[in-house]
Amino acid sequence: MNFTQSFRLALKSLSTSKMRSLLTMLGIIIGVAAVIIITSLGHGMQVYMNEEFESLGSNQVDAMILGDNDSSRHVDIEDMFALVERYPQYLSGVTPELRITAIVRHGADEFTRTEVEGVGETYYSVERNTTMEGEKLAKGRFLSYVDAQRQQSVCVVGAYLEREAFGGSALGKSLTLSGVPFTVVGVLDEYADVTEGSGDDVVYIPYTRAIRLSGTTSSEYLFSATSRETAPAAKGLVERELFKIFQDSDRYVVLTAAEMMDAMNTMLDLLMTILTLIAALSLLVGGIGIMNIMLVSVTERTREIGIRKSLGAKPKNIRWQFVIEAGTTSAIGGVLGIALGILAANLLTWILSMVLGSEDSFRAVPTLSGILVAFGVSVAIGVLFGYLPANKAAKLNPIDALRYE
Amino acid sequence: MEHLIEFRDIYKIYHMGDTDVHALDGVSLTVDQGEFVAIVGQSGSGKSTAMNIIGCLDVPTSGSYYLGGIDVSTMDDDQQAEIRNKMLGFIFQQYNLIAKLNVLENVELPLLYAGVSAEERHTRAVRALERVGLADKRKNLPSQLSGGQQQRVSIARALAGDPSVILADEPTGALDSRTGREVLAFLQQLNAEGNTVILITHDNSIAVKARRIVRLQDGRVIYDGPADDPRAVVQPEDREEAAV
Repeated sequence: MNFTQSFRLALKSLSTSKMRSLLTMLGIIIGVAAVIIITSLGHGMQVYMNEEFESLGSNQVDAMILGDNDSSRHVDIEDMFALVERYPQYLSGVTPELRITAIVRHGADEFTRTEVEGVGETYYSVERNTTMEGEKLAKGRFLSYVDAQRQQSVCVVGAYLEREAFGGSALGKSLTLSGVPFTVVGVLDEYADVTEGSGDDVVYIPYTRAIRLSGTTSSEYLFSATSRETAPAAKGLVERELFKIFQDSDRYVVLTAAEMMDAMNTMLDLLMTILTLIAALSLLVGGIGIMNIMLVSVTERTREIGIRKSLGAKPKNIRWQFVIEAGTTSAIGGVLGIALGILAANLLTWILSMVLGSEDSFRAVPTLSGILVAFGVSVAIGVLFGYLPANKAAKLNPIDALRYE
Repeated sequence: MEHLIEFRDIYKIYHMGDTDVHALDGVSLTVDQGEFVAIVGQSGSGKSTAMNIIGCLDVPTSGSYYLGGIDVSTMDDDQQAEIRNKMLGFIFQQYNLIAKLNVLENVELPLLYAGVSAEERHTRAVRALERVGLADKRKNLPSQLSGGQQQRVSIARALAGDPSVILADEPTGALDSRTGREVLAFLQQLNAEGNTVILITHDNSIAVKARRIVRLQDGRVIYDGPADDPRAVVQPEDREEAAV
């Protein structure tokens, strides 16, 4: 009695009671579908976020200064520029990034939740048409080197202010920051959902102007490495420079975009693992369902077992037959679950693209590894939970089984 | 010459609560190759227990059982299964065909467990079905056949494995008298062809179709001899009356 024979026998036995077989599989179907949906969503989210990161520039190196910056040891902006000039093969630019508190006014309107940031010209890349945050320029120009040098009172506004404060014609007009008038030289494209306090509610001014306005200095510097490959070396240079200043590696954190991406992926992986384990609980419930039905099936087929034994079936033949039947049940359940999961993932992608309303938005993509693992686990569960009933069948006494009515 | 079947002082004792029931109470018995033996007795005489032990479906409490010169009373489950598969062909009162398998698949079953290749299984099963005249029904399910046909399928199944002993347990019990006679005639024919046949029955009129009768009562052999001896068919209570 070999595997294919047992398998065909199992299929035959399942097809004789289709409704019952389907109900038995239901737990496995739901469990596998849940695992597929969750891994698809997780994978889709990872792909989506990584793409976002790529668009921001994977060569970015972010240096954050911790604690107060006004003690005897502090970072001079000029030192950072000097560092870039000294290592042109690794570093192509740097900009300070200062978030300052300033009340934004235009006429009688006051915008209290608007983020005001002081940055340099390297914050925006002309060839990629994107800021380091990922925003694109819609109208006008971004801040220039000259703006920073001369501490010009110019600004670039986000799509929210453009619409709410200026009614779509901000370019050339002015607004006040803590009472100081600034001229709008550029308008950003829609980036978030154009609401108050969102990523679109933002004003960029030259960092030199921001320092004067707030009286503080920058605690964050965004470096651009020459390429993705030189980013780790660039990070080392920045760290060495900061250590020279502070003599204490706890005073600063330097991260490359790749590291940030890795950290985020690690977090996402952990989250997905936990969610998948929760979904896998329903696989366990499905396994118990299979065990239950197999026990009933063994009882119902006691006489058949007796006949097989009288014809020379060994206990292991009977055990094998029932284990394969349980495994086949859960494998078919697994395949149906995979189909259902893929269908649901596609449906979710479609719904999300309708809700988000953009074509390059999030896609829930089932992964091959997710599918293989879900299938493997469902078969393993069938075999595992089928073993107990199969063993019960194998141990039946042939005479008792033959006489069973 | 070595006996095909040999019971040496076999006891089978069941514990029913506080009392012990001696289903077989010191039975010694031999059957040789080519014999046609009927084991007869009323219900409770121990004939079913004897048949279970002969068929390696059960082991004796004490005593030895030799089948083809091998002591099978001490064998484990796997070895017994192998003996059943290789040396014994069962014919049951209720046919005991597997309902969801077709006639051919049923007949192939013992060969399947013997590890015979698919091709040879098919040839041998078809040949066995031809012997019982049912080769044309090979694709039918058992439920599509009459009782007599089903019993012939079960005979074909017993023959397919080419066993040393054909063990028939009340083979006519569920059949009408005409098909019952056909089945018995078939068993006689098998015996005439050289097969060893053991028939278990409670019915004297069936037992006399065999060549030798072993009569059991209360777990003991009370007659063992030719089937045409008048004493073979005398009911024990009649004999007690005759003795009085």
